[in-house]
Amino acid sequence: MSMIHLTRKADFSSAHFYWVDAWTPEENQRVFGKCANRNGHGHNYTIEVTVAGEIDPISGFVVDLKLLKDILEREVVSVYDHRHLNLEVPEFATRVPTTENMAISIWQRLQGKIPNATLHRVRIYETPDLFADFYGEGLPQEAK
Amino acid sequence: MKAHLSRRYHLAASHRLHAATYTDEQNRAVFGKCNNPHGHGHNYTIEITVSGSVDPVTGMVCNLADLDAFAQTNLLDPFDHQNLNTLFAFQRTVPSTENLSLEVHRIFESFPHAHLERVRIEETANNSFDYSGPALS
Repeated sequence: MSMIHLTRKADFSSAHFYWVDAWTPEENQRVFGKCANRNGHGHNYTIEVTVAGEIDPISGFVVDLKLLKDILEREVVSVYDHRHLNLEVPEFATRVPTTENMAISIWQRLQGKIPNATLHRVRIYETPDLFADFYGEGLPQEAK
Repeated sequence: MKAHLSRRYHLAASHRLHAATYTDEQNRAVFGKCNNPHGHGHNYTIEITVSGSVDPVTGMVCNLADLDAFAQTNLLDPFDHQNLNTLFAFQRTVPSTENLSLEVHRIFESFPHAHLERVRIEETANNSFDYSGPALS
């Protein structure tokens, strides 16, 4: 059997800001700079979700691409797109919506949801020149 | 939890591929038009990937402002709009993009706030080079 990696992209646009409630406004400004502007700002995000699996001998697929597209839409895009991440997406009420944390959150939203394939990597581009990768490293074992 | 963070920087520089130990004929044979005597240039994209634990408070592997400041001082200031052949780093080696990758890797290994995973350099849209450090033996 042949293990194949398959990657699907999706796009969404969201607003966010970086802020740690336990810090003073001055500390937030010092660490996060203009990202700490409380009125928020936004990005056009692109995510790349890579799954690994065996090729089905009959269909020739690792995973049905339409199904993967629908899962990304349901689990991630419909929740994040045209939303304010800090104010409207539950995990970012307590977690700063950095690119790194978004990669982890998207992994957690997708894990166990894709039949017949293993999640290999979540990559998220905040801009074409900035992106984060998460491979599931360091997640609690039962959650992985 | 460990994540990888990648940042792409852009610089323009000229170079000429020419090995001092080759004859002029050998240089022309090996390097072709890259050996033309007065050099040529590229818009390089330098992609730096660092890794580390995501800080539970800030949500960051490292502060991007620190990485950008390090890149400005150690990569963009010394390399952008320069002739690579004239730089100290290329007095003994040909400024091929492979050797540039090694040099950029050497520079970013001393970035103090995260672990360097990989340097990727795109010399053109069709040529790119990855270097992740010396092979473990």
